[in-house]
Formats: sequence, structure tokens, C-alpha cells
Amino acid sequence: MRVLVALSGGVDSSVAAAELVAAGHEVVGVTLRLWGGPSDRGCCSVADVEDARRVAAQLGLEHHVFDFAERFHASVVEPYVRAHADGRTPNPCVECNRSVKFDALLDRADLLGFDRLATGHHARIAWVEGRAHVARGADAAKDQSYVLHPLTAAAAGRVLFPVGDLGKDEVRRRARALGLRTAAKPDSQDTCFITASGGREAFLSERTGLHPGEVVDVDGAVVGRVDAVELVTIGQRRGLALAGGADRRYVVDVDVPARRVVVGPPERLQRGTVRLEQVAWNGPVPTGTVLVQTSAHGVAAPAVVASSDVDAGDAEVRWLRPRPRVAAGQSVVVYDGDVVRGGGVASAG
Amino acid sequence: MVWNPRDHDAPTRVVDLDHAATTRLRPEARSAMEPFLADRYGNPSGIHAAARDALRALDEARERVAGVLGCTPGEVVLTSGGTESDVHAVSGGMPPRPGVPVCAAAEHHAVLRTVEALDGRVVDVDAAGRVDLDALGGTLESLASADRGASVVSVALANNELGTVVDLEAVASVVRRTAPGVPLHTDAVQAAPWLDLRVRSAPASLVSVSGHKFGGPRGSGVLVVRGGVELRPLLPGGGQERGRRSGSVDVAGAVGLAAALEAASVERSTVVERVGGLRDRLVGRLLGADVGVRRTVEPTDGLEVLPNFAHVRVPGVEVEPLLYLLDEAGLRVASASSCSSGAHRASHVLEAVASAGAVVDGAALRLTLGPETTADDVDHAAEVVVGVVGYLLDRRSGGRTPAASGGRR
Repeated sequence: MRVLVALSGGVDSSVAAAELVAAGHEVVGVTLRLWGGPSDRGCCSVADVEDARRVAAQLGLEHHVFDFAERFHASVVEPYVRAHADGRTPNPCVECNRSVKFDALLDRADLLGFDRLATGHHARIAWVEGRAHVARGADAAKDQSYVLHPLTAAAAGRVLFPVGDLGKDEVRRRARALGLRTAAKPDSQDTCFITASGGREAFLSERTGLHPGEVVDVDGAVVGRVDAVELVTIGQRRGLALAGGADRRYVVDVDVPARRVVVGPPERLQRGTVRLEQVAWNGPVPTGTVLVQTSAHGVAAPAVVASSDVDAGDAEVRWLRPRPRVAAGQSVVVYDGDVVRGGGVASAG
Repeated sequence: MVWNPRDHDAPTRVVDLDHAATTRLRPEARSAMEPFLADRYGNPSGIHAAARDALRALDEARERVAGVLGCTPGEVVLTSGGTESDVHAVSGGMPPRPGVPVCAAAEHHAVLRTVEALDGRVVDVDAAGRVDLDALGGTLESLASADRGASVVSVALANNELGTVVDLEAVASVVRRTAPGVPLHTDAVQAAPWLDLRVRSAPASLVSVSGHKFGGPRGSGVLVVRGGVELRPLLPGGGQERGRRSGSVDVAGAVGLAAALEAASVERSTVVERVGGLRDRLVGRLLGADVGVRRTVEPTDGLEVLPNFAHVRVPGVEVEPLLYLLDEAGLRVASASSCSSGAHRASHVLEAVASAGAVVDGAALRLTLGPETTADDVDHAAEVVVGVVGYLLDRRSGGRTPAASGGRR
């Protein structure tokens, strides 16, 4: 097959490309230019493009750079900023996969005559009753199926994840064995367009207002202040500088328009259900017990899909045992075993 | 015929229509250089026999260059290429010439970025990319009446993306009238292979030329500094090039540049006529096909374009897939200027002509022919462009390619 492999300059996509070559495919490498602003980590720095290009050369592949910066800005960065301004906690990696990598880039691959698009994600494709689904990768600690959940059956059917069957150690071992220059490169972490030096605060303060607010307890008594209510997340415990009280208090509510953060004991966070919006199912709405994951590195807990209005794109998930409240805007992913069946984002309230 | 990437194997034929980016070393240049890459390796700054041999070769190369460019040998400063020549001319060396550098908005980045770095002034261009003479005069007058006058005016003889030629005598006359004594610099990098610089660059007192645009070696260039223009060195050091440019002189580069420049000059009149005809044939075929290809600069009275330049745009088509598929089909072209390669950014030249009213939407293609381009090359290139554009338009209007048939390979 003709395969376009997305090379981020990291070890996973390097080995993914090597696996495709070893399997005898006709492979071309591409690195996406996504972010024009400063970046000291993630996938868009000049050094990363250079690593990708050198790996492609080592593997005997042509290497191209595609500029998707405009698309990335419109569908990832702007919504990220808006979400914070609205007091939601967005997941930009999910949006990037949904709109950029597995939509715009997948379309581009097809346009250019490629049969498949491959990436270095730790995930697998599972075929269930003739439909392609994203499923968990073999390495549970590195599994990225959560951030890949928006892939439609049509997209999943045109995608390859060559390292999804490998553990991270095995990926690095193969990279070393091939002498790839990315073999010992640290994993990328966090949001690629946010610098480690400035962080979320510096990034957002340049693009939207950050507002100080008061911290109150569940009875309404003011117990502290925060510099930016937009940066506070449900469930957060640190960084609140609360006066008095050695008891464990968590953020149980954030009201950005009122500039107010409510803290309380952990039991005040517990919820029996979570409401979802922007829901998409891959196949029929699941019945029976499913596993539901609410953060990129969280555990999946048992639940049932209590209701789902497919046309309106919303749903309610009921936990078998109460779970901590999910911050609005977070992706909520529904699994049947290891197979992603659908997902959406947590509603406010 | 609509082209389809799924039906094509590796191209059997490659056509280079990107001669404005760079060119193959001419045989004359290569054979002239070869002795100086090995046996005749003397440093012309020395005093022994090998050094004197190198100096003799360098003197001869300088004379040949001066003959083609229409200056004296002493006015030829050998540089590392067009960028160094531009930066040196615009800045005036180190420290920079006092005053405010002025250039046109469609200049090459080597000029534009230098002017910007020195807090200079950038003058609008017309819809063809030529400096607006009224705006230039106005800018120079306003500077003359302020504390800091203009230090230099830099206007390219031919634009490096569109190939549009400027009437340099008209520019010089504006400068003489509104800023007497201020040197005029011209970037003649694109013009050098195609126009007689003895005549066409004469109005400028500083002229930049780059060797690799006419079959000379990369890393070789010239800055003509006519008598009376003051210039500090940009690279101070051992004082080579009469103190204007330090660093051991690249004798092989100088000899290669001189040989290529002379060869290009000798054949110019016949090549210009032939290549101009091929360019017209190419444009005719592109416009004649029913895929919406347009000229970026429409011909008007008095418009002069370098004979090897065809700049077109294709509305409704994205540039990145277009370039990818043209490359895959064996056609080498550029989207705008090749100097900011990697990803494809909006071109400052197209932005400048757009603000003067030019329509620039669609994918921009710069097709530049060379002396060795043939009629077959041009016909093949037109067929490839029309086929690929047809495919992309087809796909855009909802047409899908058949699922992978395995027909490829």
C-alpha cells in the first residue's frame, strides 16, 4: 500500500515509519507545521522537523512539510482559549486529532493518492461487525485511545497505528537497533503550543482576560483568593493558598462570570452521573455496562449509558459507583472493553 | 486529460522550470574552476609563485566580470552571493551608513529585512510589483525635510517572484530630483542572465549579482560599487577586496562566476528570443486549457517581464497539494520565492501587489525557464499542470478517486 506517515520527530512515529518500511509498504513521511508561535516542546519546533527529516532519510523515505497552521489555529488554539474564558477545561489534543490529523491530514493523504495514513500513536484499530474502531494500545501506560476517540469508523478504517502493538520499551529498543537518532529522545508532554517557561497562564493572559476571584467554602464564607479563576479546574487541590483549616479541600465548583471558586470536602465532588454534549457514537449506542474514562491518563470506571439523544448529540452516563465530578469541557470516552465506542465532552453543571 | 496520482508511477521525465531558484553549473564554469579546486590552490593575498598565479587568475576574472557588468575591475567586489551583496549595499557596511534606507515593498527579503532592521522606509508598489515612483518621491522628500535623510534607495531591476522589470532610469531620476547624492542600489540577481546589465543596471551605483542564477557556482556573488560611493566593510578583517570585503578570496568561485557570466552574456540575444517564445507558448497553453489558470500580472502597455518568467495563479486550488503532485509528476516549479522553503507562507510580493489592486487568489505558481529548456519540456509541463489542476478541481467539486485499486505499482 501507499502509506503517508506523520513524523513528529519523536521516537514513536520514527519506529512507526520503520515498521511500515519493513512491512514492504511504499512510504512517504510528512511533518505538520501546526504552530507559528514560540514553542519549546511538542511537535512543531525546527529541531523536531529536523529530527523527522533525518529519520526519514535514514529509512530512505521522502520527507515533506505540510503547513496546517491556519487550520490548527482555528480548530485547536482558538477553541482552547475560548473554553478557558468560559470556565471549561478543554483537551486540545483531542481537537487536534479530530480536526487536523484525522480530518484535514487524512483528506490530504487521500487527495495525494495514499491508501492509508499512519501515525505513531499508541492505539490499535479493532474491527467490530465490519466497522473500524479505535482501541487501546498494547502498552497500558502509554495508551492514547482517549485522545483519538473522535475518529469516525470511516477515518479509523483508513488509519494505521504501527506501534500500537508494542510496548514503549520495545519501541525504544527497535529505534536503538535501527540507529535512529530519536531513540533516546524524551516523550513529548503537555500542550505543544504552550511553552514550559511561560505556561498556560502566560499563554492565556495574552489572548483572553484572566480575572482574580474569591475562593469560598460551601457555606459561602470567603477563605482565599486566586489570581485567575479561568485557570482553576474542578477537583484541583493545590495552588489555592487557603487560609486556615488543615482539612482536605478541593475545588468543587468554578463560576467564571461571578469570579468565584467553591472549595469543599472531597465528598462534595462525588456525582452519580455525568452529562455529555457533542456526543458521537461509532455504531449503535452501547447497552449494558461500559467503561468510561474522563481524563487522558485516568482509569476507566464502570458505568451505563443511561440515555442518549443521537440527533441532539447529548447523553447521560450513570456510574455504577459515584465518581468525582468531571470538569466541563473534558472529554469523556466510552469503551466496551478496550474498544472505543464513542464519547463527548462533559457539560457544565 | 485529468491526472490521477493513483494511476502514476515514478515520473519518467523530469522538467525543471525553477531556474529562478538556481541553475546547473555551466560546463564553461566547471572547467574554468577545476584547476583552482586542487592544483592551483594559492591564496592571492600571498607573495610566492602559487599566490601570484591565483592573483593573476583573480585579476582576469574580475576584468571579465567588469566587462559584462559595465564597470571597472576596481568597482567589482566579490562576495558570497546575492544576499551578502544586498545586505552590504543597503546597510553600507558596519557600522551602517548614516540615514534612512529606503526600498520597495516587493524587494527580496535580503533587502527588505535589512531595511526593516535599520528602521528604514518601505515604499508601495503597483499591481505589477514595480515601485510607485510618486510614492518614492514623496518618501524621499519627506525624509529630506526631516532630521535624517535617506541613506540609500534599493529597487530591484527585476522582481524575483513575478519577473517584472523596473525602469531603473526613471527611478534614478526620481532619486536625483528628490534626494540628490543618495546612492541607488539595484538587486540585479534575477535580471543578470537575461538583461544586458551594461545598459540596464547603469543608473544604479550599487548592483548585486549572484553567480548561481546563470550557471555559476553557488556561494559566489558580486557587488558593483561605482566610483564615489562610500562603503564600509560588512566583513572587516584582512582587508581583501581593497578593504571592502575581508576573507580569503574564493578564486575558484570568482573564476567560475566570470566564466558563466561571460558565457551567458555571449549567448544572451539568441537565448532571450528563444526562451521568450517558449515562455509565451507555455503561458498560452496554460491559459488555453479550460482549468481556470490566470496570469498573475496581466500584460499592459509598457510592462516588461523577464523572458523566462511565467507567474500564474489557479483559483480554487490549494498550493500545497498542487506543488506536491507536480513534483510527483516530475515538474519542478516554485510557489513564490524559493528562499523561505519548508512550509508555504503567504508571499510578501503577492501581498504587496494585492494592496495595489492585483487579484492574487488561488495557488500561485512561478515557472521559470532556463537556457536549456526545450519546446518539448514546455509542452510536457503544460500538460502536467493542466492535468493536475484538473484533478484537484475535480476532487474539490466532490469527485472521488476510485478506491485503491492496486493499479499503481
